[in-house]
Amino acid sequence: MKTILEAKNIVKYFGSDESKTYALKGVNLTAYYGEVLYIVGPSGSGKTTLLSIISGILRPNEGTVTVKDKNIWQMKDDDLADFRLNHIGFVFQDYHLFPKLTTTENVSIPLFLKRQNWDKSLKEAKYYLEVMGLGSKADLPVYKLSGGEQQRVAIARAVVSKPDILIFDEPTASLDGETGRQIIAFVKEHLLTKERTIIIVTHDSRIFEFANRILHMEDGKLKQTTDNSNHLDEQKTITKLETQ
Amino acid sequence: MKGLLKIALKLLANDRGKFFTLILGVTFAVFLMNQMTSMFAGIMRKSTSNVINIGAKMWVMDPSVKNDRSSIPMPDYVLDYVRSIKGVAMAVPIYFGSGLVKLPDGTYQGANIIGLDDTTLFGRPPIIKGDLNKIYNSDAFIGVVDSDYRRLGSPDIGSVLSINDHRAVIVALAKPASGGLFGTPTLYTTYTRATQYLPRTRYSMSYILLNPKNDSDIPYIQEQVKKLGYKALTQKQFEKTIKNFYKYKTGVGTNIMIMTLISFIVGLSIAGQTFYAFVLENLEKFGALKAIGAKKYELMTMILFQASVTSFIGYGFGIMISSLMIAISKVRIPNYAAVVTYQNMLIAFLMVVVIAGFSSYIGIRKVLKIEPFDVFRG
Repeated sequence: MKTILEAKNIVKYFGSDESKTYALKGVNLTAYYGEVLYIVGPSGSGKTTLLSIISGILRPNEGTVTVKDKNIWQMKDDDLADFRLNHIGFVFQDYHLFPKLTTTENVSIPLFLKRQNWDKSLKEAKYYLEVMGLGSKADLPVYKLSGGEQQRVAIARAVVSKPDILIFDEPTASLDGETGRQIIAFVKEHLLTKERTIIIVTHDSRIFEFANRILHMEDGKLKQTTDNSNHLDEQKTITKLETQ
Repeated sequence: MKGLLKIALKLLANDRGKFFTLILGVTFAVFLMNQMTSMFAGIMRKSTSNVINIGAKMWVMDPSVKNDRSSIPMPDYVLDYVRSIKGVAMAVPIYFGSGLVKLPDGTYQGANIIGLDDTTLFGRPPIIKGDLNKIYNSDAFIGVVDSDYRRLGSPDIGSVLSINDHRAVIVALAKPASGGLFGTPTLYTTYTRATQYLPRTRYSMSYILLNPKNDSDIPYIQEQVKKLGYKALTQKQFEKTIKNFYKYKTGVGTNIMIMTLISFIVGLSIAGQTFYAFVLENLEKFGALKAIGAKKYELMTMILFQASVTSFIGYGFGIMISSLMIAISKVRIPNYAAVVTYQNMLIAFLMVVVIAGFSSYIGIRKVLKIEPFDVFRG
């Protein structure tokens, strides 16, 4: 299996001197192309901190993060922003969509950040909304959509820039069990490709079945890795959606 | 960047309530600022109307004179002395006074009476009707058709008035470049007649109007006049003296400046606070944009663009409404002093730039401070 991301000996603490609190205590992590990797653990175990560090959002105090053979924490701020824009797609727990913009406009934002022109961006965004089953709601403002629909808009926004790594932070936290399962199943079926990895932070055990590997965290350390799938090649991937 | 700016605009405009409040705040501030500064400009312009209308290059006066309406009469020898100064092409006396005009309905109206040099009639306004030469007829006066002339019942040529119980006949009508500040109608006549009609002090000459041979002679003339204990000012200097008097000695300038400042602060507060609330409401979204890959300068540009659009729309509305108000007021009140000048609009524009800058600053500060990690943490 080919490595897409490798984090070595990640240490992160907050505060200083007496108030210093360790969130991560030397975590190692490897993610491979074509897998769905879960990071699970109780609240305060350091999942979100780890996710932020490997996605180039939060600088570690120690350790290195290499994505596609590049040490991301050696980059300057603007280069890091470009890196995130081009290689990482985020789906936030609260979606963080602009409610007064249409779904298409929301999805287009990463493309505008890439300086792509307005019409072309909207066209691409609409395509991804179609993929997510929201074609009929492309021109609606986001606040008129349900929670599940908003989640799918957020996913469309994350994939529109064709990232190598898709990062989900507690994707089912605001959804009912069935909707959560449907969305993750959809993501795995339609968005996981051989050129991409999906990393999901969650404590929702109802969706564990979709993981290839599960990293269990506790108290800032990686406690255990569960291999959830012996047959990565058997995964149903629909790459044509993104190559059209 | 065009796409991002379009998104910034939509974010702003789609939040109609806040967008409207923002525009309203700036509009209100610009309206007040422009109204105040226009009033000020109008007062300043009207305060110097006599100097502008008479158009002499230099004025000789008593050193104590602070404005054209409070002249201190000078003895005749000053005129002879001035005429003898090298570099003086021409010097004539002028008389400023006020008389009481009895109107046909039996009521009285005060009027400014300006007595022009009998020989040259230097400083006369442009005649629009009648014959200027008839000024030498007995009891002849020229009526100045400005917004205040109606107070005399708008007498036409041939109309007979009574000024300080003397018979006065309107022989010509003139149109001045600028109307007066105090709403008093103006009549012109000869210097001799003016001094006969109006009560006299020991000396009667209010000012000496002077034209130098060359502009380069002005400093020498001023020096020579000063030696005699009098003051010679160029037209611009005299206008400035008068304006300074109204600005600093009457409270007009200070009051208007305070009002302008209050308008500015009101606009700044409304726009600043509303914009801050707008940014605060979208703060996490901006944080998410940062996480996605927006750079600091892109977010700053978006916010600056939003603040600028709001401010300039407000500016446009503010200028439009205040100009409309001034225009309507001028129809209703002919002597209404306000005048919209490029300088007023520039002042309002600069203040709007400050409002936009301030609003952006507080928004940008907040957005730059938020860390994408905070968005993850919720």
